Formats: sequence, structure tokens, C-alpha cells
Amino acid sequence: MGLAKRRAGLEVRISAPPAMMDEGLRSELGKQGIFTTTLEELYNWGRKNSVWPLGFGLACCAIEMIAASMARWDLARFGAEVFRPSPRQADLMIVAGTVTKKMAPQVVRLYNQMPEPKYVIAMGACAISGGPFKQGYNVLKGIDRYIPVDVHIPGCPPRPEALLHAFMKLQQLIDAQALTGGSRPRHLLPEAPSEFLVPEYGPHDLEPPKNPDVWCPPVVGGRET
Amino acid sequence: MESLEQLKARLAQALPAARLELVPNDSPAGQPSLLVNKEAALEVARFLRDDARLRLDYVSNVTGVDWLDTAVTRKVRSRQVIEGIEREIEQTFEEKKPGFLEVVYHLYSMELKHGPLVLRLRTGNRSHDIHLPSLTPVWRGAEFQEREVFDLYGVVFDGHPDLRRILMWDEFQDFPMRKDYVGPDDFEYEPTAHGEVLERARRHEQSPEVPRP
Repeated sequence: MGLAKRRAGLEVRISAPPAMMDEGLRSELGKQGIFTTTLEELYNWGRKNSVWPLGFGLACCAIEMIAASMARWDLARFGAEVFRPSPRQADLMIVAGTVTKKMAPQVVRLYNQMPEPKYVIAMGACAISGGPFKQGYNVLKGIDRYIPVDVHIPGCPPRPEALLHAFMKLQQLIDAQALTGGSRPRHLLPEAPSEFLVPEYGPHDLEPPKNPDVWCPPVVGGRET
Repeated sequence: MESLEQLKARLAQALPAARLELVPNDSPAGQPSLLVNKEAALEVARFLRDDARLRLDYVSNVTGVDWLDTAVTRKVRSRQVIEGIEREIEQTFEEKKPGFLEVVYHLYSMELKHGPLVLRLRTGNRSHDIHLPSLTPVWRGAEFQEREVFDLYGVVFDGHPDLRRILMWDEFQDFPMRKDYVGPDDFEYEPTAHGEVLERARRHEQSPEVPRP
């Protein structure tokens, strides 16, 4: 990639993968005012610093999410202050609170309406497992039964610091994503799904009660529980 | 507010058709309640709201209670002459009491600043005779709470303006707050199961639909 631009004395050269570039040469060029990078680094750097969350809350965790976006914790430091009211403009879904079975189809539908690449943070005990309502009849036992979750935050509710930690973890995850090769993320795999099954209201429970393509029961102590 | 006995006497005078009963309460709260037959419930409710000394104009709470069928064993000792000898014998009778659904209204007066008066209505049984008159025409605030009792207990309120499920989805068929409700077997992972939850987890593990490792 021999694309080079000269603007205000700063040379921007987008080069081959980082393995091709000698680290010493790179640092030496940096001292001379020549900044070198890769397309992958630039692309991920831009993406990870402008993750726009979808502005929706389900329960008390949403209050902590709102607090995290306000001046005291200031989620804007990470480029995520723009809570979007439309899923079409959002990159990140923060599932903040109890997902009731009545609400679950709507949450999955919102996720389906978000454009790729999209990420999910499940915030709080209810969103990751059903929490104190796990034994009840009306609460979904974790949103990861229907949509793929990138970061889980325990807590009831988690403090804003925990959300910031999860957000930084998500930034690390985005930063490490490769654009090419077999380990590239879902949105770069043409055959990978972008939309997921929306459950329907059944006579006794949601149908199906879980999406087997997304979620399988964890193996505990060498056997499936 | 006058005592419940006085109120009952006054009600019996004003509405002779109503069958009234005082339900005592042995708990520390010690708050008795007034049980009314369902045919007279609407008239009694109107009386409670409009009577000058009561003016119970606010229903703060509507709840349901599910009473299961119960079997009461009763032992009767009697003396009988058997083979010329008088003996004392003991006979055991088993009485079956059918269960019912109960709706409890807590009434207050905003105007006279007194209350609560606890009003109870009972259905005939738990299976088909589950109709009760709706008190929403008397107290508009009962509308959503009666819908909730309908949703979770299955009491059908006749005369309710909009009787639909309110918490569960419309397609749902069960009544989850009834004592014999069995929830869906949809939890596969119990990290710290104990007590009743452990029993449920074991039943789940034994069910044929769970894949074996």
C-alpha cells in the first residue's frame, strides 16, 4: 500500500502489516516527524474511540449507566458520550437491567436493527443470569441466551467504575480485532449472521427458550448441568 | 371510624340481601376484615363509598389469595353396643373443603382520613366458578390492580371495562401466582443450588430431554 499524503508537513504512510515494519525503524522515523501505521491499527483506533451506545435502559442498572455518562464519571473520555436514540446509529448495546420475558423479543429486535460492527455489554446480575429473579417465571435467565454478549459485568447494580472497566475491556477487544485472516470478527465474515432469532410469545414460555446457535449450557465439574 | 361489628350491623340493616361475615385475624396485626358474598359486593361497595360516615373513596390495594383444596380429618368418639358389650369406638371422618380464590381490597377515605377497611370477596372454587363482580365501576383506581389479579390468579371480573393481561403477554395461558403453578423448566445451570432450588435442579437433570454427556 503505497498510499502517501503530504499535508501540513506531516507525512501519513499506510504501510503493510506491522510484522513487515521494523520497530526500530518505526521509532526512528517517528523521531524525524514521520508517522507510520497500518490500516488495521488506524481502523481499530478510530472504531474503539467512537463507540456510540444505544440509549436504552431496562431497570435500576440504567441509573448507574446514566451516572457513568454524566460529569462525575464522564464516559465521554472514552468517546462514548453520544447515546443514540436509534439503533441504526448505535455500535454498542448496553443491556442495563432486568430483561423480562415480555421484553426479550424487543431487545433482540433492537439488536438486529443495529448495523455491523456491533457489540453488547450485559450489565448487572439480571442481564447476565437473571439475578435474584432467576427462579421466577417472568425473567429471562441472561440475555446471552439470544444474542452474543462481548462483556459481562456482575453486580447489583454495578458501580459506574465497573461499567467504565467493561468499556475499556471492550476497547481492548476492538483494538485486537484483525481485519483479515480466519480470526477476523463476525462483521467481516460474509457468511456469519448479523441478525439473530427473535423469540415468540408461547403459551407457557418464550419459544424457543434459548437460541442454541448463540448459547449452550456451561459445563461444570466435567459434566453438563 | 366505627368498629367493624358496628359497620356490619349497619350494613345488614341497609342491605338485607347481603351475606356478611367478619374474618378474624390472629396475626400480630389483628386486623379483621369483612367478607361479602359476590352477589351483593357491588351494592356493598357503593354503600361503603357513599355513606356519609364512611366515605371510603380510595382503594389503595387489591390483592389475590389462592386457597388450595384442603382435607380436614375429624375424629369422633362414640359409645356403641357391639355384640352385647358397650364399647367406646373412634371413627375418622374426612372432610374435603374445596379451595377458592380470594380478592382483598384495602379501602381508605381521603375525605375523612380514616381506614383501612379490608374487604374480601371469594370465588366458588378454583376451576370454573371463578367469576367475581368488578369493583372498578365504584373505584376507578381498581382497574389495573384487578387486571393484575386476573393475570396472575385467573379471577374473572365481570363488568371490568378492559380485562386483559397486564404483566404477562396475551398469549400466556397459566396463572403464575396460583400455588399449583409449575414454571417452565428453562434453567440449565445452577451454581449454588440448595433447598427447593436443588430439588428443581435434580428434577431437571432427571428429565429425558436433558442431553447426557
